[in-house]
Amino acid sequence: MDISSAVFLLIGSFLCVSGGVGILRFPDFYTRMHAVGVTETLATAMILIGLMLQNPDGLVLLKLIIILLMTLFISPTASHALASAALQNNLMPELDKQENNEKESSSNP
Amino acid sequence: MLIAATIAILVVMIMAILRAVWGPTLYDRILAVNLFGTKTVLLISLLGFVMGRPEFLDIAIVYALINFISVIGVLHYSDAHIFKGGDQQKKTMKKNS
Repeated sequence: MDISSAVFLLIGSFLCVSGGVGILRFPDFYTRMHAVGVTETLATAMILIGLMLQNPDGLVLLKLIIILLMTLFISPTASHALASAALQNNLMPELDKQENNEKESSSNP
Repeated sequence: MLIAATIAILVVMIMAILRAVWGPTLYDRILAVNLFGTKTVLLISLLGFVMGRPEFLDIAIVYALINFISVIGVLHYSDAHIFKGGDQQKKTMKKNS
């Protein structure tokens, strides 16, 4: 039981760190939101499951399950609202327009 | 292992603060603050287990709710086009650079 808890905590911390590196190094707002939104839910779930396997008593287990459910509902909702607000306020993703034009011109000589 | 996960979450919180300070657009900052709040919930619950006092989980539940309400509130102002000044400021900054 202890080993499984350690494995879950380790996977969760790895996903957390990968999300943090993603928010620092990706070039665009939408790619940053991809990194954060994908890793955030899974990392939170992994760390909370790892805490659940630490043999807590009943009430603490219930609180952990409540935190897990709330995070799984809240985080995608906030990500969706953030992406739609950014699109409505004309924040366009960075595209490689030169490369696209070259591909189109090469495909249509 | 609990302490290792706590240190990893602290490192991620420092990264989120860096992005919130750098962030070229407003939405980068909101995203970084959202990430910071989620990681704070995890940090509080982990610290409760490290110190042997799982009563900290109540504070974690309340913090999750406050985080969600803060992000949705800021985005509500963004939907009402009150932040348009920020966008214009960004465009002028691009022109200047």
